[in-house]
Amino acid sequence: MEITFKILRFDPDKDKKSYYRKYTVKVEPGMTVLDGLNEIKWRLDGTLAFRRSCRSAICGSCAMTINGVNRLACNSQTLALKRKTIVVEPLRRFPVIKDLIVDMDPFFEKIAIIKPYLIAHSRGGSRERLQSPEDRKLLDEAVTCILCGACTSSCPSYWYNKNYLGPASLFKAYRFIFDSRDEGTEERLGIISDRDGLWRCHSIFNCVEACPKSLNPTYAIAELKKKIVTTKL
Amino acid sequence: MIHHQHDIVIIGAGLAGLRAALETSRVADTAVLTKVYPSRSHSGGAQGGIAASLANESDDNWELHMFDTVKGSDYLGDQDGIEILVKEAPATIIELEHMGVPFSRNADGTIAQRPFGGHSRPRACYASDYTGHVVLHTLYEQGIKQGINVYSEFYVISLIMNQGTCCGVVALDILGGELHLFHSKAVMFATGGYGRAYKITSNAHANTGDGLSIIYRVGIPIEDMEFVQFHPTGLYKHGILVTEGARGEGGYLLNKDGERFMKNYAPEKMELAPRDLTSRAMQTEINEGRGIEGKDYIYIDLRHLGAAKILERLPQIRELAINFVGVDCIKEPIPIQPTAHYSMGGIPTDNRGQVVIDKENTPVKGLYAAGECACVSVHGANRLGTNSLLEATLFGQRAGEAMAEFVQREKEFTPLPENPAKPAEDEIASILKNEGKESVAQIREELQVSMTENCGIFRDEKKLKKELEIIKGLQERYTHIHIDDKGKRCNTDLMEALELGHLLDFAEVIVAGALNRSESRGSHYRVDYPKRDDENWLKHTLAYKTDKGPRFDYKKVVITRYQPIERKY
Repeated sequence: MEITFKILRFDPDKDKKSYYRKYTVKVEPGMTVLDGLNEIKWRLDGTLAFRRSCRSAICGSCAMTINGVNRLACNSQTLALKRKTIVVEPLRRFPVIKDLIVDMDPFFEKIAIIKPYLIAHSRGGSRERLQSPEDRKLLDEAVTCILCGACTSSCPSYWYNKNYLGPASLFKAYRFIFDSRDEGTEERLGIISDRDGLWRCHSIFNCVEACPKSLNPTYAIAELKKKIVTTKL
Repeated sequence: MIHHQHDIVIIGAGLAGLRAALETSRVADTAVLTKVYPSRSHSGGAQGGIAASLANESDDNWELHMFDTVKGSDYLGDQDGIEILVKEAPATIIELEHMGVPFSRNADGTIAQRPFGGHSRPRACYASDYTGHVVLHTLYEQGIKQGINVYSEFYVISLIMNQGTCCGVVALDILGGELHLFHSKAVMFATGGYGRAYKITSNAHANTGDGLSIIYRVGIPIEDMEFVQFHPTGLYKHGILVTEGARGEGGYLLNKDGERFMKNYAPEKMELAPRDLTSRAMQTEINEGRGIEGKDYIYIDLRHLGAAKILERLPQIRELAINFVGVDCIKEPIPIQPTAHYSMGGIPTDNRGQVVIDKENTPVKGLYAAGECACVSVHGANRLGTNSLLEATLFGQRAGEAMAEFVQREKEFTPLPENPAKPAEDEIASILKNEGKESVAQIREELQVSMTENCGIFRDEKKLKKELEIIKGLQERYTHIHIDDKGKRCNTDLMEALELGHLLDFAEVIVAGALNRSESRGSHYRVDYPKRDDENWLKHTLAYKTDKGPRFDYKKVVITRYQPIERKY
């Protein structure tokens, strides 16, 4: 069947403002939104710009807004969207560089703020640090985050305050604070309880809805809040 | 043109590039150039594990790992390099764990290890089925800690050489559209593989093998390019990877009769035979009409593992199969077919990552390579699963260490030649100016389809000759392309055209090498020469660029501990 891709386009070198452009694509079962975008770029209009790489939902390049919801283009089946027109826009509230390509630098800078690396003052020795399967299980969700930005871009608290760390950054903080091998909890709790930190999360759950890996940053943030309360009082 | 000067330029930010940068940036001014943001690198696509004889599950030692790897390579792997790989493997894993890699654990808290194809012991250290992802992210995080200098979304166009010494690269800033010249004492390629030369591939869109042809174009040979690994289990029609770990955990391969057909090909190892053999077995089943419904796919059946084990150990492939083929592997078998996965060949290097230019292993001053784009050769004619993450990390570290020593010893930068950026500028200008009738996407599609058809799992002289002709035709048509986007900002149209130029260059080497090698060894199977021929072909291929196509020379295989014997599983 034929589906119309209505894509928000903008090239600051040429355009005064953004505009929607429509493309008609013949869609077959199994075809993803990314396949559709490739079809447009390869057959209809080579000027369309978007990021993509792995096309298997692990690299996080192709997060964008699809019919109003943040998703990965590569694991969104076109027919499952059940629409004759698919509206594709860049991740909202991230500065647009061209078409669907947004500036991810502010997003990655917020990841770096929370010291996203194992802090262990004791030496490791010649063998692995031991960790029980139960302790490791606490990290199951957080370590599978692909840093696509879908969550932070969907967060109303982030829309309101661009300095807010956002769900992805806090999720990364959770990944280390709840790692039994890590010794940097106090430092990190200090960072994330700052005025632009986790108290800006009002449990709106947009990030949970947006996450293309079905992860739950809101839960992680709630656990971090509990941790702060129980650690500091 | 914007000029930069750094002691060391590393191209690529997957496991090899990042691990090297962690080594060099401690002591030398290092720049990492990468065409995708580091966390987007395709090392993250690796699923099943990373090998080391930790002996956490059973007895194991480096000698066993070594023999498995040599045998897996069909005796084409260089045994001095393999010995380094397997001896240093445990320390590499421990280092990664200390950096923070969240490996899955045994009840006693040690790193869990699972069986893998061709390995005689369970030695694949894993994190469920997203091992590459967590190792990549951990190295990326260590890079943040160490303040590594990364130029993200910079696409390298050409290498700058001056009288045999490497002195930098020219790169395109993809977002801004400007050309940048990087003047350096040392350059390292860590640009990964080239699965995108094939229609059905597990590889990312970014895996266009650019590094190989950049090297090849300046007169440096590329080695053993005819050895292309086809992974047995790619999702049907998509090629997306279904980890070998699925068989490591006990999954079955079934034909249309529900038969575990591997018993006819590898009675001892069954589904855990190495990839070359397993892919050939699957393709044989398909060719002989025993594919599912007589079609070109096979089933991998995981149902007997049970929901709990699948959810704990294989959550990613369950999601992928649901998303892409609409199958929940807890309830149904997954349709799969072999998929182009890995390049055993690549840029020839010594055991410390320095690029070598001939059969005497003469090194190129200032030039290094590691990871999938390099050919040490530790994989020979067929790589064992889980040895690639190990190789990328370990030889990335070794190349980094060698570069750090080199740039500290070498006080001066080699001066740039005249017009160092001219080849890059000319290449881009000619694409932008070209108003031919040919489409980049169309030529690429024809290349990918014909490579899969003619230079896949089963090869013969007729098909390979035909493919060479096809590629020559496509190369000619490539000179008449046009692209829509003539602008500077985010010109991914231009980038895809540049990538196609690379695909066409090294695909010719793959096919010519396959035609040249009149034997069957590892992943390279010639229907017209079905036997391994140690008398004539126990040697590495070196391909040099000439106007008439590749010229071949050969390099001895290093054999230290294990003499070639018949390979049976």
